[in-house]
Amino acid sequence: MPFKIISSQCTGCSACETECPNVAIFEKGGTFVINPKKCTECIGHFEEPQCVAVCPVDKTCVIDTSLPRYQPPA
Amino acid sequence: MDAVERGSSGKNARGGGETMLAAEPKGCGTSTRHGKASCGAHGDQGDLPPAIWDKVKNHPCYSVEAHHHYARMHVAVAPACNMQCNYCNRKYDCANESRPGVTSEKLTPEQAAKKVLAVASRIPQMTVLGIAGPGDPLANPEKTFRTLELVAKAAPDIKLCLSTNGLALPDHVDTIARLNIEHVTITINMIDPKIGAQIYPWIFYNHKRYSGVEAATILTRRQLRGLEMLSARGILCKVNSVMIPGINERHLVEVNKAVKSRGAFLHNIMPLIAALEHGTVFGLKGQRTPTARELKALQDACEGEMNMMRHCRQCRADAVGLLGEDRSADFTKEKIVTMTVNYDPEARKAYQVGIEEERRARSVPGREEVREHAGGTSDIKVLIAVATKDAGLINQHFGHAKEFQVYEVSRSRAKFVGHRRVDHYCQGGYGAQDDLAAIISSINDCHAVFVARIGGRPTSELKKAGIEPVDQYAHEFIENSAIAWFSSYLEKVQSGQIQHVERGDGTIRQDPMISVA
Repeated sequence: MPFKIISSQCTGCSACETECPNVAIFEKGGTFVINPKKCTECIGHFEEPQCVAVCPVDKTCVIDTSLPRYQPPA
Repeated sequence: MDAVERGSSGKNARGGGETMLAAEPKGCGTSTRHGKASCGAHGDQGDLPPAIWDKVKNHPCYSVEAHHHYARMHVAVAPACNMQCNYCNRKYDCANESRPGVTSEKLTPEQAAKKVLAVASRIPQMTVLGIAGPGDPLANPEKTFRTLELVAKAAPDIKLCLSTNGLALPDHVDTIARLNIEHVTITINMIDPKIGAQIYPWIFYNHKRYSGVEAATILTRRQLRGLEMLSARGILCKVNSVMIPGINERHLVEVNKAVKSRGAFLHNIMPLIAALEHGTVFGLKGQRTPTARELKALQDACEGEMNMMRHCRQCRADAVGLLGEDRSADFTKEKIVTMTVNYDPEARKAYQVGIEEERRARSVPGREEVREHAGGTSDIKVLIAVATKDAGLINQHFGHAKEFQVYEVSRSRAKFVGHRRVDHYCQGGYGAQDDLAAIISSINDCHAVFVARIGGRPTSELKKAGIEPVDQYAHEFIENSAIAWFSSYLEKVQSGQIQHVERGDGTIRQDPMISVA
């Protein structure tokens, strides 16, 4: 399950875009979007998901439960 | 102000061989034969070394006198932040340098550079470009430095500044020095992490979110280290502190000492802005904001240590113009696209030479007359509010004033101690009663208000409130007039004609400063 950004809460500040180790985040219409195919939940990169840690609005970067969980390579 | 195009400030510190200043001089914090160097809070060179004076003399934020003549602009290229402050709501601008509750228009570095040139072409007294958000400039280092590089190349006469929370500062000091960024403001609200924990819910540092005392410990270490590193490179540092009653107001005296000892040039203690509608943690919990009297008392307490900035307007991250005016609406993204840029350094320089001549002409008579009234033994001091449009003259109608400058007057001196923003009372000739009450409340700690003219109703309402309207010095110098008025005030007190009574307190406006141009 990769992360997604709840666009109605996104301030468009871009903090997540530069922190994402997978370059999975991009701007779309003034707010930011996570490409689920690129998101690894920061597993293997950092202790905590960077978008969640840097986002100024709580509960804006959240797990996208509609998608299967990210599987790290064996 | 539009249309006239004049030239470069003749600044030569950028773009080549000249190295940055030696690390040694520190201006305000430096002891001199008179004890304390004169800068920032005052208008003249005083004991400042020439190299420092050269840096501050046309910087509106670093010289109170310069701010009457020179303009600055901010470009909002830095939206991201690396921490959360309880006085900030990130739906709006950062309260680090901007009042909460306003939103700046974000620009790319290229758009920002074009905007700077467009403004420089049209406002020849614009001498300073700052990057102050709307997030933290150093949380957006690529955008921030790219913008400054573009501007340095295209308009080398413009001074470069940035304003930061300091968390990322130590990582970028070398770049700041390399780009000849001459002025850096760090917002430092505490040096005690226990106090910091009440101001900062979290920071993002080294790919981790920290909170509470741990976060504040990292933050204060990084801020003070950054300040030391900048000082060692001779970069002028201003420290901004937000005064939060009940949390850090007494502690800011300690902060003042700590930053002075690390070479800070100027300290700017700003009142907390926190209203419910801003949606900040402090706003929502009803955190009290300082009164005018509390703010001044804290500034006075710190002034023995170093000079204090008292003319800060807490401007927004896309502000354009003189402090206290906001011309950002004239330079929106939409308008800039169609603007032609005719950046003419020679014309800008010529215009600024004119400003300097005017400054010299105005400063001389001011000094001499002050001495005439000097002397006497009374230690009474009073505050007066002044309606003024520019440099040192009482030249505004009461009803047209958008702010009043406040001076503390003694027998020998009239000292600028702050300003009070108001809505202008006179709109189309009709002054509203509520507005008048709000104005009176904002200058309620003053004994008199000096104006060029004033109408009948405000005159009687002011008198009722115990504030004397004074229009006999219309179009004269503020300092001289204030001292002359005060001499006669004291005579009346001594003769028993009037009784000297202490005034009440003044209120500080909480609403965001949108365009008042």
